[in-house]
Amino acid sequence: MTTWDILLWVAMPYAAFAVFVVGHIWRYRYDKFGWTTRSSQTYESRLLRWGSPMFHLGILMVIAGHAVGLLIPREWLYAIGIDEHMYHLGATALGTAAAVLTLAGLAILIYRRRTVGPVFLATTRMDKLMYVVLGAVLLFGTIATVMYQLLGPGYEYRGTVGPWLRSLIVFQPRPELMVDVPIMFQIHVIAANVLFALWPFTRLVHVWSAPIGYLFRPYIVYRSRDDARRPGSRPARPGWEGIQTPDPKKLTKL
Amino acid sequence: MKVMAQMSMVMNLDKCIGCHTCSVTCKQAWTNRSGVEYVWFNNVETRPGIGYPRRYEDQEKWGGGWVRTKSGRLKLRSGGRMKKLATIFSNPKLPEIHDYYEPWTYEYDMLLNAPAGEHTPVAKPKSLLTGEDMKISWSANWDDNLGGSAETMAEDPILQHMSEHVASEYEDTYMFYLPRICEHCLNPSCVASCPSGAMYKRVEDGIVLVDQDQCRGWRMCVSGCPYKKVYFNHKTGKAEKCTLCYPRLEVGLPTVCSETCVGRLRYLGLVLYDADKVAEAASVEDEHALLDAQRSVFLDPHDPAVVQAAREAGIPEDWIDAAQRSPIHKLINEYKVALPLHPEYRTMPMVWYIPPLSPVVDVIASSGNDGEDAKTLFAAIAKLRIPLEYLAGLFTAGDTRPVEASLRKLAAMRSYMRGINLGEGKDERIADAVGMTGDSLEEMYRLLAIAKYEERYVIPAAHTEQAQELDELACSLDYDGGPGMGGAGPFGSSSGQQVPVAVENFHALKNRQTADRPSTSGRVNLLNWDGNGAPTGLFPPKSEGE
Ligand code: HEM
Ligand code: SF4
Ligand code: SF4
Repeated sequence: MTTWDILLWVAMPYAAFAVFVVGHIWRYRYDKFGWTTRSSQTYESRLLRWGSPMFHLGILMVIAGHAVGLLIPREWLYAIGIDEHMYHLGATALGTAAAVLTLAGLAILIYRRRTVGPVFLATTRMDKLMYVVLGAVLLFGTIATVMYQLLGPGYEYRGTVGPWLRSLIVFQPRPELMVDVPIMFQIHVIAANVLFALWPFTRLVHVWSAPIGYLFRPYIVYRSRDDARRPGSRPARPGWEGIQTPDPKKLTKL
Repeated sequence: MKVMAQMSMVMNLDKCIGCHTCSVTCKQAWTNRSGVEYVWFNNVETRPGIGYPRRYEDQEKWGGGWVRTKSGRLKLRSGGRMKKLATIFSNPKLPEIHDYYEPWTYEYDMLLNAPAGEHTPVAKPKSLLTGEDMKISWSANWDDNLGGSAETMAEDPILQHMSEHVASEYEDTYMFYLPRICEHCLNPSCVASCPSGAMYKRVEDGIVLVDQDQCRGWRMCVSGCPYKKVYFNHKTGKAEKCTLCYPRLEVGLPTVCSETCVGRLRYLGLVLYDADKVAEAASVEDEHALLDAQRSVFLDPHDPAVVQAAREAGIPEDWIDAAQRSPIHKLINEYKVALPLHPEYRTMPMVWYIPPLSPVVDVIASSGNDGEDAKTLFAAIAKLRIPLEYLAGLFTAGDTRPVEASLRKLAAMRSYMRGINLGEGKDERIADAVGMTGDSLEEMYRLLAIAKYEERYVIPAAHTEQAQELDELACSLDYDGGPGMGGAGPFGSSSGQQVPVAVENFHALKNRQTADRPSTSGRVNLLNWDGNGAPTGLFPPKSEGE
């Protein structure tokens, strides 16, 4: 094992995780006002109507798949009767469907961002960076799956990547598990680390606000005038911008 | 009985001259920012007309408000909680910017900086969304005064409910203005639609607000409101709506739209209501019964039992007193001339309207008859079915009786007062004909025609013992930068902390009410400017040598 291996498979994931956690706390305290989906549907709805549900449905399936594949040891699944073959069939079928949905959705969303003028002008630099990294994670993940699982002999990541991740979670890192993992999986993991480090500084924070509480609260919310001034609420800072025409030249250069 | 207080408004449509002063001053105070260029917390529509945003009343399309299920319960028209979450990634009922209009500005710089040439320079319109040249083809009041209505009027959802024959005939006979703000409903469907629980109704005064720190931009409230009075700030990605100028109300001042209304047609005051009865009243089966159901939710502030219950509910003494003097209660429950806008949406709206009589008078006068004679007026009201039906489509879910009753009272008041003015004495028969007494007609006349500022706006201030907690107490410049300093946070214009809703404080407001000089120097803020002198900063500095 080289220093590189330690850096890539121990230092980097922990660093990314630290930035992820501290970043979220900081962003939530400093920038509650910026914590939003920043929906662009008012500008354009025709493409979004397809792209956004496809992407989101896909990505949620992908996340669920990763949770099952990486966090749950295969022995547990054997115990409830899901053997190697069944898992492989399920993972490949559902995974492919999810990947197709996600990538197609993302393609529509990115196409929309680039071609619909107002949406493009409302895209921040952070958005662009996020799309590059998110796209890279998804792309390399898909390439790895197609190369090794669909076309190749099949790679059993549940013997390497899975235990490696769990070893990090219990603070007994085993970087050696990652050393011989195929390169496409390695790149996928590294890109994912970068995405996690970026996460708190992008619009992706909206994921943590998924409004599950809506299902359980009463419809009409009452609040006292004084609730708004709960202790700890901070004095306000400016966010007031004068009205300006956007620069149309920006439409033509990326 | 659970007594709650609601700050509400009544507008007397007869007096609206359609000048849009209310819209403009509201805009200057609240929505003169980037991202809300298209947002009009107050807008004035010419009716018949399609309104703003286009055809917002077509709930088949927009799915706003509530519907009653077969089992007698209320359900959000565009679907319940599960449906909302399932469609959250792309809201199928969200109006697009083109349902409002594409905001624009003009290239004013050209007028000053264009090189000398043969042609007069022009300021071309530029889109505020793309910055490119644009052709202006719609706005918030494109069909003002029936301009272009020949093409668009047939789209009016109310007219479409009436017969087609009526529509064309209508154009010749009737037109009026309908100023609209958020209704601050008792049963707000916007609040019910908000997945993150960021929208709420204030316990103290019933004002419906969006918590800007909790809004996550799911944009469900926009489609939930049947009046389309929640707007999406496309720069910050958060919902914004009419606040009923709560920073002003808290210190006893009327809203900006009321303060500046040229026709002096707006009334502000408290209504006490029984919160326990709201849901039941909003779900009565017969749409025509909704008006009376809502009236029955309001409590008589003079009833000792109500006063007692109000005290127990923690409503301060001066608020109870204000509720007793409230012009709103008189217009809605005593004289019964004010009517709610679209009660059939079942949100229990709290901005009510006195329907316009003047067009009826105009028709009579133009046919050479006496437009102030009670009998002629009564007959005309009964005969002019079309305006009656139209008004009923707006205010009573199509039931013409309450509209007719209200118009008859206005007509009676008109001819009764004429009798007095001409020295013909008080003709009690006129009052009798509309089930009122001469005295109450005179009182109503006083309230509708000559009421002073303090009678039109009966606003108890928020309590001084709570003053520390008022939003606006902090020193007005007590935050970094200041208004107009500009600059966006690191994550685009939605990031960083908000500016306070009004750069104003309790003492400055009090000061301004008592001083005879402008109390704010250096800045003009329509939230507090009272027309006293010209504050520095109102006009650009004079250049040297002038
Ligand atoms: C868990 C529940 C989630 C909900 C309720 C949700 C909801 C939303 C909503 C409402 C939008 C705005 C769409 C619009 O109107 O413009 C949005 C945008 C977006 N979401 Fe999510 N999201 C969720 C999870 C995720 C996840 C897990 C990811 C990726 C890791 C993600 C990535 C994005 C991206 C990239 C956009 C921007 C799309 C664009 O406009 O180009 N979301 N999301
Ligand atoms: S009118 Fe106002 S309170 Fe009523 S539903 Fe619409 S935004 Fe909410
Ligand atoms: S300011 Fe008054 S008179 Fe003028 S449009 Fe508004 S409501 Fe009507």
